[in-house]
Amino acid sequence: MSDGVLEVRGVTKAYGEVQVLRGIDLTVREHEAVALIGASGSGKSTLLRCIDLLDDIDDGDVFLDGEVITDPACDPVQVRRRLGMVFQAFNLFPHMTILQNVTLAPQRAHGVATAQAREDARVLLARFGLAGREDDYPDRLSGGQQQRVALVRALATRPRALLLDEITSALDPELVGEVLSVVRELKGEGMTMLIATHEMGFAREVADEVCFLHDGLIVERGDPEQMFTAPEREETRRFLARLLDARRL
Amino acid sequence: MTTVASGRRAAREQARRRKARRGTIIAAVSSVIVLGGLAALILTSSGWPSVKATFFSWSAFKTSFPHVLRAFWTDVKLFLVVEVIVLIAGLVIALVRTTRAPAAFPLRVLATLWVDILRGVPTILVVYLVGFGVPALQLSGLPTDPVVLGGIALAMSYSAYVAEVYRAGIDSVHPSQRAAALAVGLTHTQAMRAVVLPQAVRRVMAPLLNDFISLQKDVALVSVLGPLEAFRVAQIFAAENFNYTPLIAAALLYLCVTVPLARVLDRMQAHSREVTAGTTPL
Repeated sequence: MSDGVLEVRGVTKAYGEVQVLRGIDLTVREHEAVALIGASGSGKSTLLRCIDLLDDIDDGDVFLDGEVITDPACDPVQVRRRLGMVFQAFNLFPHMTILQNVTLAPQRAHGVATAQAREDARVLLARFGLAGREDDYPDRLSGGQQQRVALVRALATRPRALLLDEITSALDPELVGEVLSVVRELKGEGMTMLIATHEMGFAREVADEVCFLHDGLIVERGDPEQMFTAPEREETRRFLARLLDARRL
Repeated sequence: MTTVASGRRAAREQARRRKARRGTIIAAVSSVIVLGGLAALILTSSGWPSVKATFFSWSAFKTSFPHVLRAFWTDVKLFLVVEVIVLIAGLVIALVRTTRAPAAFPLRVLATLWVDILRGVPTILVVYLVGFGVPALQLSGLPTDPVVLGGIALAMSYSAYVAEVYRAGIDSVHPSQRAAALAVGLTHTQAMRAVVLPQAVRRVMAPLLNDFISLQKDVALVSVLGPLEAFRVAQIFAAENFNYTPLIAAALLYLCVTVPLARVLDRMQAHSREVTAGTTPL
C-alpha cells in the first residue's frame, strides 16, 4: 500500500434501490487535508459515515494506516476509537454539560482517569475559546460554540484522522468563521482530515487536494487552485457555476 | 416623545387590568351558576335523603374509617413494592425488545408475547388467573399469600404497559445521538446507557407517573383474592350495615395518594414544556 493514513478503494454503497456510492477511490496522506465537494445527495456524508463504520459498505475496502477496517472480522468500536467525526448538526449530548460531553469518550472508551480526562478537556476547551462554559448545557451555547465543542469532543480522544461532515452547513453565516478557524488551526498542526464542505473558499485555502463528487463517483480531483480556476470536467464547471450564481443572489 | 410613549403605556396597562378584572368576574359568576345549579339539582332530587343516609352517614364513616385506614396500609405497601418492580421489569423488557443482537432473538419473541398478552388481557383477569391458578399448581416454593400473588399479577400487567412507555422514549431519541455516541468510540451498550436511556427516561417521566397513578388505585383489584385491603374492608362494612359510606371513606383514601401525585405530574409537564420551548432542536 501507499503511505496513506486513510485509503478508500472501490467503495460502493446502496440504500435499497438508490446507488449512493459507485466505486470511490481516495487517499488521505499523513498531515493532509482532502476536501470533498459536490451537490447535496452526491454521497459526501455517506462516504464519511462508511469510513467511520457507521454504515456498512457493499463492496470495496477502507484502510486505516494500512489495515483493512471494513473486514467483517474487524471490530468497528476499536476503529471508531481511532477516528474522530464531527457532524453537520453538532449532535452534542443535550443531557450532559459541555465538560461531560468532552470527557465521556476518554473515560468510557479509553479508560482515562476522571481527573485526567477533566483536566485534558479543560485545556482543549480553553484553547478553542470555550473556557468558562464547562458546566453549561449545550442549549445555552450558540451554534458556533456548539460546533467547536463537537470538534473538541472529537479531538479529546486524539484521533488519527478527523472526518468533518459539512460542519458549517447548519450555522448562521456570521458563526461560520469561528468554526473554520479551528479547522485551520488543526491543519496548521498537521491533523489529517477528510472534509466534506460547501465552503469553497475554505476548501481552496486549507485543502491539499479537492475531490468533486458527482452521482456517487469522484469525477474530478486535483490541487485546489486548478480545481477552482480551471476545472476540466463539464460537471465540475457546472457545479461551481451554480455555487457562484447562488452567492450572487 | 417619552411622555407620549409613557402615556400610551399607561393606557395599555389600564386596559389590560380592566380585561383581567372582567375575566375574574365572569369566572366567578359562571362558577356559581354551574356548580350551584348542579348542587341544587342533586339536593332537591327526590332520592337525595336516602342517598345521603346510605352514602354520607357521619356515624357510619366514624365507625368504619379507622379500620379502612388500617387496611389501606396494605394497599400503600403493595403499590410501593409493585411500582419498583414494574419500573425495573418494564425497562428490562423494553431493552430486550429494542436490542438487535441475534442471540437475544428468543428473548425478544418472549418480550413481545409478554407485552401483547398482558396488555391485551383485563388486569382483573390476570389477578384472578395468578391468584387462583398458581396455588392450584400445588408446587412447593411458590407463594400462596393472596397479597403477594395479587402483587405479582399487577406487576405482570403493569410491566407490559411500562415497557411500552420506555420503548416509546427510546425510539424518540434521534438516531443521530446514537451515531454520535458510537462515533466517539462507545460500544452499543455504552451508547444506550450513557446517551440514549437518560434522554429517553427524561422524556417519558410524565407517562410513567401516569401509570404509577393508575397502579395506585388498581391495587384495589387484589381484593378479589380476599386479602383485607381498604376496598375489601369497606365492602365488608358496607355489607354488614347496608350502608355505603365506608366505600366513600376508601375513595377518599385513594384520592389522598393519587391527587398529590397528579399535581406533581402537572408541574413536571409544565416544566418540561418550558425546557423544550427553550431548547434548540436537535
